[in-house]
Amino acid sequence: MRTAIVEQPIDVAALIDEAGDDSCGAITVFLGCVRDVNDGRAVTGIEYSAYRAMAERELAAIAHEAQIRFGVTRLIVEHRLGALGLRDVSVAIVAAHAHRSPALDAQRFVIEELKRRVPIWKLEHYADGHREWVNAGTGATAVEQAGT
Amino acid sequence: MTVTVLLFASYADALGASSIEMELPSGSTVRDILGKLSSLPGGDRLPPRPLVAVNEVYASASTTLRVDDEIAIIPPVAGG
Repeated sequence: MRTAIVEQPIDVAALIDEAGDDSCGAITVFLGCVRDVNDGRAVTGIEYSAYRAMAERELAAIAHEAQIRFGVTRLIVEHRLGALGLRDVSVAIVAAHAHRSPALDAQRFVIEELKRRVPIWKLEHYADGHREWVNAGTGATAVEQAGT
Repeated sequence: MTVTVLLFASYADALGASSIEMELPSGSTVRDILGKLSSLPGGDRLPPRPLVAVNEVYASASTTLRVDDEIAIIPPVAGG
């Protein structure tokens, strides 16, 4: 199990190689990518920033929880920071297991918890030259609503 | 006592700083920090009850602070 916040492009092939071994009948890969439209506005790129020390801690905690819940020990998560362009991979989750269900379930759990808890922010750049923080106007988050 | 308050993303923009040192009476809580922040220029742009972490762990408004604690005011997260 390994989690990391990185600045360099994510090498997906290397993560797949790292995750699998002879016992794995399934390796699942989730990639989050920068897309060209958000809320009807043309996006040209996203700048990712984080409260890095806490983001690393939360990411590791989430992977540990996934291991306990789903029995998936071969799990790798990398989230990238910095200026990303369209189609760039911002997050990669690779889960490997003897069977597909635990790998798929662990992966889904990790991405949903990551979006809910890990202190990372997106500054979207739009084609019209404007820039905005994603979710900045929403106030409370799922974490707060959950009372944690 | 002195504590460090970290601000990120839209909250750093609102207050024009990514880190603020604050002098507080001992026994102060997260709620006291939020009250002080709201009175700073731009502080009215923060929600009344933002997420807060103390020493990298999510904390509640009633959490009591200690010397040298690192308090982070966390805007709505948007990873992925």
